[in-house]
Amino acid sequence: MSEEFREIRFTLNGAAAAARVPVRRSLVDALRQDFGHTGSHVGCEHGACGACSLVLDGAVVRGCLLLAVAAEGAAIETIEGASDCGRLARLQQAFYERAALQCGFCTPGMLLTAAELLERNPHPSRDEIRRYLCGNYCRCTGYEAIVDAVEAAARG
Amino acid sequence: MKPAPFAYRRAESLDEVFTTLREFGAEAQILAGGQSLVPMLNMRVARPAVLVDINRIAEIDYLRSEHGGVELGALTRWRSLEDWPETGSALPLVAAALPLIAHPAIRNRGTIGGSLALADPAAELPAVSLALGGEVVLASAAARRTVKAEDFFQGLYQTALTPEEALLALRLPAPRPGERCAVYEVSRRHGDFALAGAAIVARDGVYRIALFGVADRATLSPAAASLAAADPAAPAAAFSDALAQDIDFLGDREHPAPVRRHLAGVAVRRALDRLAAAG
Repeated sequence: MSEEFREIRFTLNGAAAAARVPVRRSLVDALRQDFGHTGSHVGCEHGACGACSLVLDGAVVRGCLLLAVAAEGAAIETIEGASDCGRLARLQQAFYERAALQCGFCTPGMLLTAAELLERNPHPSRDEIRRYLCGNYCRCTGYEAIVDAVEAAARG
Repeated sequence: MKPAPFAYRRAESLDEVFTTLREFGAEAQILAGGQSLVPMLNMRVARPAVLVDINRIAEIDYLRSEHGGVELGALTRWRSLEDWPETGSALPLVAAALPLIAHPAIRNRGTIGGSLALADPAAELPAVSLALGGEVVLASAAARRTVKAEDFFQGLYQTALTPEEALLALRLPAPRPGERCAVYEVSRRHGDFALAGAAIVARDGVYRIALFGVADRATLSPAAASLAAADPAAPAAAFSDALAQDIDFLGDREHPAPVRRHLAGVAVRRALDRLAAAG
């Protein structure tokens, strides 16, 4: 079967964006390859690891499980946009102070997911933090420092 | 790990969905949330010629209290159910199962219709639908029909859907006075696929017990329900024996069939304990 292409248009971190992509290309691949936004990482490509997390119309989703073509008309926020606008600053500082990252591969997904948790539940218990981050793998830290950092950010 | 090429159709209406399904039949695959389908595309386990994206069809994205129960449009995302103020009171078994369904980011996107139509044996909602005695609404260009959950799930990823049909809605009955329910799931990591799970509805000493993650499909076990009625305190091993009368346990390399059989008994036992604890 020949490759089908489509023009897609969406808002990327607040700015209009467009590209012509193969319809089978995932959103995370499109963001990395077509838009140069490499902060969303490609890990397992089947929804298990959470490294590709990004925000679609206000909700954190798996960038590997969304076709780029399906994002037509959507508002996409990547870790680049979320970081630059400052909405993650408190979490980022807490991650830094608690050494809640080592290699950094999982960190964008951890930050976006933790930020969504704190929006929905500003004062989560440690168990609630663990449950909300259950879809994000970290192979360095053993999670304890990450939970500490989210807890610290929630305390403010 | 990228999908094989396919053609992409974004449907703006149900008519377009039906027309495309009629044109391409089994070569077409409906794309809803994609949280199970896209991994299958990426791994090339699924290789449809045409993907029919239904995410723009607002008329199947709804939650409606009616007919003594709730009708859930096929495009209802798990997150909508988590945020719906009536879920806890109108759909307590669904509310209990929601935290077990994958991870938060997957619940933001995944749909109830996708879960039912895919019929993954480890999925929670098929078993919840069986335990509650729910029914699904299916439609093609030619006709619309209602199928009981018990008749809908027919095997490993096999359902009563014909290639020309789409699943439009799920109907679940409202809890009756005195009804109690519980769900319990064994998994390697919170949110991972169930290794064994049980969904239970009980009222006046009568039980409906549905298992998931242990066979080729979600399955009701009348034998386990009879045992629960006769001896609610029976041990897990007794439930494993009862379940074996109704269920053909399926294993894999890490968890062979005897392990699933054991875990299924444990899941029923613990779900019953939750039921008792809930009053």
